[in-house]
Amino acid sequence: MARKRTKASAAGASVTTVVVMRLYIAGTAPNSVKAVANLQAICGRYLKDGYKLEIVDVCEDPRRALADGVLVTPSLAKVAPKPAAKVIGNLSDTRSVLAALGLPAGQIE
Amino acid sequence: MTAKKSATAQLLPKLATGLLGFDEISDGGLPRNRTSLLIGGPGTGKTVFALQVLINAARERKQPGIFVAFEEGPGEIFANAATFGWRLPALAKDALFFLDARLSPTVVQSGDFELSGMLAILEAKKQELAADWIVFDGIDVLLALLQNPGAEVREIYRLRDWLARNNLTALITAKMNGDTSSPANYGFMQFMADCVIRFDRRLELGISVRRLEIMKYRGSAFASGEFSLSFGLHGMELVAPGKPEAFHEASTERVSSGFEGLDSMLGGGVFRGTSTLITGAPGTSKTTLAGQFAESACRRGERTLFVSFDEGGERIRRNLTSVGIHLDAYVKSGLLRMYSGRTDANNAEEHLMRIAALLLEHQPRCMVIDPLSAIAKTGALSSARAIGNRLIYQVRDHHITAFITSLVEGDDPQAEATALQISTIADTWIHLSYLVRGGERNRALTIVKSRGTRHSNQVRELVLSAAGPALTDVYSAGGEVLMGTLRWEKEAEERARKLQRHAEFSQKRRELQLAEADAAARIAALQRDLDRQRAELERYGRDEEARQVSSGKWETDLRRMRSEDGAGAAAPAIRKRRGARVSANSGKNGD
Repeated sequence: MARKRTKASAAGASVTTVVVMRLYIAGTAPNSVKAVANLQAICGRYLKDGYKLEIVDVCEDPRRALADGVLVTPSLAKVAPKPAAKVIGNLSDTRSVLAALGLPAGQIE
Repeated sequence: MTAKKSATAQLLPKLATGLLGFDEISDGGLPRNRTSLLIGGPGTGKTVFALQVLINAARERKQPGIFVAFEEGPGEIFANAATFGWRLPALAKDALFFLDARLSPTVVQSGDFELSGMLAILEAKKQELAADWIVFDGIDVLLALLQNPGAEVREIYRLRDWLARNNLTALITAKMNGDTSSPANYGFMQFMADCVIRFDRRLELGISVRRLEIMKYRGSAFASGEFSLSFGLHGMELVAPGKPEAFHEASTERVSSGFEGLDSMLGGGVFRGTSTLITGAPGTSKTTLAGQFAESACRRGERTLFVSFDEGGERIRRNLTSVGIHLDAYVKSGLLRMYSGRTDANNAEEHLMRIAALLLEHQPRCMVIDPLSAIAKTGALSSARAIGNRLIYQVRDHHITAFITSLVEGDDPQAEATALQISTIADTWIHLSYLVRGGERNRALTIVKSRGTRHSNQVRELVLSAAGPALTDVYSAGGEVLMGTLRWEKEAEERARKLQRHAEFSQKRRELQLAEADAAARIAALQRDLDRQRAELERYGRDEEARQVSSGKWETDLRRMRSEDGAGAAAPAIRKRRGARVSANSGKNGD
C-alpha cells in the first residue's frame, strides 16, 4: 500500500514544471522517518505546490520496490522532469537533494 | 540435511557444500542457519566459492537460494558461471534468485540510511522461493557508503538479527585480509560469523597461487592450515589432504595405443578412460608416441583433443608426417582439435581453465597433452603439481583416455618422481630412454607400470621410419642390451647361424636316411638268405626220409630173397618196427 500525498500545482504559479518524486521508506525506521520530514521541509520551502510526491513503504510493498530497483532505504527517486535522479539517505543534506532535483543551489536561503 | 549423520553433525547441523575438498576439511560443510564470512582480497575466489555453494545446493539438493550482488551484475555472474558449465539462467527460473544490488554511479547520497528496506524485500523473496541459502556478495561496497563505523556496525547487527530470524544459511563476502590491518567493524563482522574462511592469492615465482584457510568454525572441528585452490572443470576445487578415493568407472575395454608392439606389451592396449604417462629425455619420441595414439583414435572415429605446449599444431603435424603419422585430414574434418598453449604467456592455472573449456566444447574421448611438464616451467612447482594432478583427475572424470608426455632431463625415470609427481596417479607409465653403445644412440622403451595389466617387463627398441614407428625386440648379450647396428649385426649373425644349423641338420638327416636304407637293404638280403637256407634244410630232410624208406625196403627185399635163418631172432623185431613205417609209406611206394 502506498500513501499518496499529491499537491497539484496551481495554474500561473512561479514554478512552471511539476516535479514528480517517489520516496521509498522502511516503515518507521529512524532514517525513514527523518527522510519524510526532511523531504517535506524541502518541498514546502523550495517547491511550494509544484510537486507530486508518492511515498512507498517497502515493508508493505516489497514487490513494488523490487520492480523499481530500490534496495536502500530511505531513497528518493525523481521521476519527472527528465533526467531521472536518485538520492539515498535520510536527505539531511539539503544541498545535494536540491542538486539532484535539478533546482539551482542559489535558491537556498 | 548433511550427508552423514555423525555425532558432530547432530551437535551442529551442517549443510554440505558439494565443493570438492571443502566438505572434508570443514567436517561436513557450512553451519546450517548460521552465517559464514568469506574474506579475502580482490580476485581470491570468494564470489566463485559462494556462487558454487549456492548452485550445488540448488542443483543437487533442491535448496533454493538468493544471491545479492553488490559488486558484479547478474549478467557478469552468468558469464563467469558459464565458463564452468553452470547453467545459471535455467536455475535462476525457480531455484535461484539474483538481486542486482549495485548502486548506480549517478546516485547521490544525502545522509544516513539503513538496510531494513532491502531486508524487507529479501524477506518477501525468501518466502516466495522458500529459500535456504543467501549470499551477500561484496556487502562492504554498500556499507562503505555509510562512512561511519558506528553505522556500519549497526547495519551488520541488523543483518545478523534478520538472518537469525529467517533461518537462512548465509554467506557474506567482504574484501579484507583478515589480518590486524582490517578496520575494526570488519573485525566485528568476524565475531558475528560462526565460520570465517579466508581466501588468499599470492605470487609464487611470478605465478598467482590461490589458497583457502578456515580461520574459525564455532562448535566444530576443522582442518587447520592453508589449502591450495584451483579452478577445475566444474568450478573451484580444493586440494585437500586425505581426500576420499575418487570414484571412476573402471572400464575393461582396451584402447589401442596405435602400436601393435606396444599393445601386445600392454596386454592388448590401455584401458578406456585411463591416463598413460610417457616420460623421457628430449628427443626420445614422446610426441611421436602420443601422435600415433591420436591418429589411431581418429581412425576409430573418436573425437580427440591434442594439447601441446610451446609448439604450434602446424609444426607438430609436419614433424609427425615425417614418421608416417598423418593428422591433417582429421583436423580438417573436425575430429581432431589441436590446441597449443604458450607457457611464457599464461600460468598453469589459466591453461587448466582453457583445457577445461576445451573438454566441454570438443567432448573428446581421447586426449594428448604434450608435454605436461611445460606447465611447471614458468610457475611455482607446488601449484604446477596440484594443477597437473587436477588435470589428470578431470580427464578421468570425463572418462577420457589420455596420453600425457612429460620431459625428464637425463635417463633416470625416477627423476620424474621429483618433478611433477604425476607418475603416481597415472595408470600406465612408459619410459623412453637412449642407450648409447657402439657409437650409436638408440631409443629404448620400457613399461614402468601399468595398473590392472600383466605387462611386459622387456625393454624394446623404438625404431622410427617413414612408414611409422615400430617396436622391435632387443638382444641381450653378456648382460648388455643390444640395439641399432649392434642389434642388426647380432640379428645377421643369428640368421647365419640359423642357416648353418639348418644345413647341418639336412645333411645329417640325409646321412641317416641313407644309413637306414642301407640297413633295410641288408636286412632284406639276409632275409632272402635265411629263406633259402630254410628251404634247403627242408628239402634235405625230405631226401633223407626218402632214402631211409627206400633202404628199409631194400633190406626186406634182400632178406626175402636170401631166405635168411641165422638172424631169425632179430629179424622179426626189425620187420615189426619197419612194418609200421612201411605201411605208412606203402601208398607212396606202391607196395
